[in-house]
Amino acid sequence: MAINVKVVDRPIEETSYVRATLSGMANTLKHLVDPHRVTTQYPEERETISRRWRGTHRMLTTEDGKAKCVACGLCPTVCPANCIKLVPGEDEQGNRYPLVFDIDEFRCIFCGYCQEVCPEEAIHLGRHYENAEFNREGFVYDLERLMAQTHPVTELWDPADPKGE
Amino acid sequence: MSILTLSTFALLQAATPQGDMHFWPWLAASGAKLILFFTIYMVGVAYTTLAERKISAWIQHRHGPNRVGPNGFFQPLADGVKNFMKEETLPPYVNKAMFILAPMMAFIPALTVWCVIPWGASWASPWGRVDMMLADLPIGFLFIIAISSLGVYGIVLAGWASNNKYALLGGLRSSAQMVSYEISMGMSLIPVLLFAGNVTLSSVVNQQASVHLWNVLTLSVAFLIYLISAFAETNRLPFDLPEAESELITGYHTEYSAMKFSLFFIAEYANMITQSAMIATLFFGGWDIPFTQADNVGGVSFPMVLLSMGIMAAKTVFFVFFYIWVRWTLPRFRYDQLMSLGWKLLLPLALTYIVIIASVMLALDAAGVERGLVYGLVFLGVNVVILGLLFLVLDRGRLLSPAYGRASTEELRRMRGIVTSRPRRLSPTAGD
Repeated sequence: MAINVKVVDRPIEETSYVRATLSGMANTLKHLVDPHRVTTQYPEERETISRRWRGTHRMLTTEDGKAKCVACGLCPTVCPANCIKLVPGEDEQGNRYPLVFDIDEFRCIFCGYCQEVCPEEAIHLGRHYENAEFNREGFVYDLERLMAQTHPVTELWDPADPKGE
Repeated sequence: MSILTLSTFALLQAATPQGDMHFWPWLAASGAKLILFFTIYMVGVAYTTLAERKISAWIQHRHGPNRVGPNGFFQPLADGVKNFMKEETLPPYVNKAMFILAPMMAFIPALTVWCVIPWGASWASPWGRVDMMLADLPIGFLFIIAISSLGVYGIVLAGWASNNKYALLGGLRSSAQMVSYEISMGMSLIPVLLFAGNVTLSSVVNQQASVHLWNVLTLSVAFLIYLISAFAETNRLPFDLPEAESELITGYHTEYSAMKFSLFFIAEYANMITQSAMIATLFFGGWDIPFTQADNVGGVSFPMVLLSMGIMAAKTVFFVFFYIWVRWTLPRFRYDQLMSLGWKLLLPLALTYIVIIASVMLALDAAGVERGLVYGLVFLGVNVVILGLLFLVLDRGRLLSPAYGRASTEELRRMRGIVTSRPRRLSPTAGD
């Protein structure tokens, strides 16, 4: 024999192949007859997601239906994935507003910095994850689309309530 | 398919004496049986795949397929449609002829062996006796062993023609495995042959009925060897080295798609059902209705035929379930363990067992014991002793592994001298 491996003499209870096999078979049979199921039947049933779930963005609006955004430029600056495109504009009263506000949900890493940094509490991440599209272009959300989202927004982490209860 | 049907008819005519039947009733009965068994074959295979998916899911606390039809009942239909609609890929640099031939080579033997399995008692019809098998061949289970072994050609050809290293490895492993386990499989059937005195499956069934004991009780060791070899022959876990998803992608059918892949798949499941039926027939009494002798005459009424077919089906289904159950329990063997188990454990065991059984038979015949219940009980006792020896003394896990040799005393002393960071448990007598 080419390979010499030391052999430890163990009692048959520890080395028996048949007994190990039979106990394994008993184990799988036990699980087979157990009616407990762990599957979530997804489209019909949904798991409850955390209130701090960071998903698809949402732009909040004022009472008269305008975006709360003042185009300060903090969110594109803080964004680590560089996925926010902002072109600021100014109206006759000197109020700044976004001319273009695009978020590429494909590039976004859902870190939530934009929501944290926003002084107007305008841009939010949402408790929402069903955002599939048929092409890449569909993932670039413009301002209108961000404002049209209706899902609940993400809550920021509260140090007083670290587990979000 | 038509060639197959024609050749099966030719086989039938060569094999089945028409007996007391006229030609036309015989032809009608054979045709009806062909259609019936082919339908059962395809539907059975389809629903075995569903059973596999369902049982695996239940073992893992999942639901399994449950979208198509009530509780996923029509999933096999959807799978069938999918396989027909999918794109047939033909990779460049494959050996085209062999690549296309290989799935057929795997599929046809799996289909052919169904001819000789007896599915029920013979029906004493108004037109003569109808056997519930397509061909009661005089060579019986030898035919099954011979033809089902041909399936390995399909696998090896597929592996070789694919021009893919994974596929080639799968094919090579398969050939080595099939050849190794065929030997112990054949050897484990010799005690059955000694008992029945004949290789036809119907005589094996009748012999078990006459002893009033199933062969699994009188020839338990042969049953165990056959069971293990059957797992290896059908490439099912724990012997699915030709496929070995984790190492070889899917082995020999890596390059196959759509219906060509499906043919391999059907062949695998068909072999599984065939082997289950073989185990049921050879060791579990086949279609014989227990506790009665009324079914052991030349032909029986139609309800009795249905009852016997139901009994055979129940036994077969149980072993199909057993196959699936084992698959989702045991991990795959290593290649050297596979070879070691086949050549160093099963083959010597089977040979020894033949000698033991033949000696006991000789002794009993010399003592003038009638072939009946007492005869069977003696064998039962012999088997209990052998099984006790096997499970209490010989059953060490390392029997499976040849990757060790007993170290010599000198080497052991040297190894004990090595200071390791991990404390080691060494028995003082090991290696002496």
